[in-house]
Amino acid sequence: MEINMTFLGQMISFAILVWFTTKFIWPQLNGAIEERQKKVAEGLAAAERARAELKDADAKVAVEIKQARLQATEIIDKAQQQANQLLEKARAEATGEINRLKAQAQDEIASMAQRAREQLREQVGALAVRGAEKIVQREIDPAAHRALLDQLAAEI
Amino acid sequence: MASEPQGGLTEYIQHHLGHLTVNFSTDHGAFWNLRIDSLVVSFVLGAAFCLWFWLYARKATSGVPSKGQALVELAIEFVDTQVKDTFHGDRRTVTPLALSIFMWVFFMNAMDLLPVDLAGWLVHTFAGAEVAEHTHFRAVPTADINTTVGLSLAVILIVIGHGIKAKGGFGYGKEMLTAPFHAESLWAKAILLIPNLLLNVVETLSKPVSLAMRLFGNMYGGELVFMLIAGLMVSWIGFVPGVVFNTAWAIFHILIIALQAFIFMMLTIVYIATAREHH
Repeated sequence: MEINMTFLGQMISFAILVWFTTKFIWPQLNGAIEERQKKVAEGLAAAERARAELKDADAKVAVEIKQARLQATEIIDKAQQQANQLLEKARAEATGEINRLKAQAQDEIASMAQRAREQLREQVGALAVRGAEKIVQREIDPAAHRALLDQLAAEI
Repeated sequence: MASEPQGGLTEYIQHHLGHLTVNFSTDHGAFWNLRIDSLVVSFVLGAAFCLWFWLYARKATSGVPSKGQALVELAIEFVDTQVKDTFHGDRRTVTPLALSIFMWVFFMNAMDLLPVDLAGWLVHTFAGAEVAEHTHFRAVPTADINTTVGLSLAVILIVIGHGIKAKGGFGYGKEMLTAPFHAESLWAKAILLIPNLLLNVVETLSKPVSLAMRLFGNMYGGELVFMLIAGLMVSWIGFVPGVVFNTAWAIFHILIIALQAFIFMMLTIVYIATAREHH
């Protein structure tokens, strides 16, 4: 255990070592470590943010889907209503048309029957006149007996 | 071992405790001895540490680190955490200091795990028995009191430097005279001047002495035990227990190696932190 000048040498070595570490080793490595720490922290923060955003988006999507569904139901209801209305209207129109046509046809039928009756009456009058002519021959002047013949025709 | 002279275990150990020494001035006493083994081994280890860390520092990336960089960063962050916990201030010079101390002392302590006879065997093999007889080589620089004294003196100079930087030259000198005993009146202060100064001198001196002696004692003792165990292996009877003890002691010593490096580093940080405190 003797102290000799070796320790001076060791002090110098130590000084060099500390200088080298301070100058060339510590700053670079510590810089890298700190930068990485920052990056990792930023990455974690970004992930957290993204997660929150995703949650927000999910909520928004849910609301939107609900709204869309509501709207769709509304549209369907309205369409159904409209269809019903149209159907109703068409039915009413069709019924009206049918009734009108029916009335028209009945009118026509009635007038045609009237006309036929009149014709028939005239023809029967004429036939009666002709029959009477045949019976009484010249005795009856159609012109003179016109009023009588018309009366007869009306009575038939 | 078989080539050792007939002096037996005592001489074997004495031989192993000798240093590879160069004397620059024989007639002026032992102080001018230079222990080449301590110097060279510690210098090589310090350079190895520098090279290793520098290689990774040079291409340090803040992206995904390589395994090597991760290992280096692990050491750095370990040291930085210790410094951060103890020392509250600008760490830009303190952590590199602590890192240097930790890694260097750790490396030097780790030389203890080399077989005690490795150096002797190499000399014996390459230079012959005659040279080996007169050559001494000790691989553990921290088992040399000069290394630990050199380290601790450098550390205490840095600590004092921190104290002066934090308080100014005048403030530091004043604190030497007025702390730890405080007084209100002037004459009480004058009386306390001497005890305060004495206490502070003792306190300041005790720091490097305790640092140096603790590390030296641990490593020297550990080395001695290795030598004693190696002495066991001389005979065939002692060979097996020798191997067992050697292994056990080496495994236990891994703890001592790391622990002593850690203690040296920790105490340095604590000393710097207290030196920067105002009393």
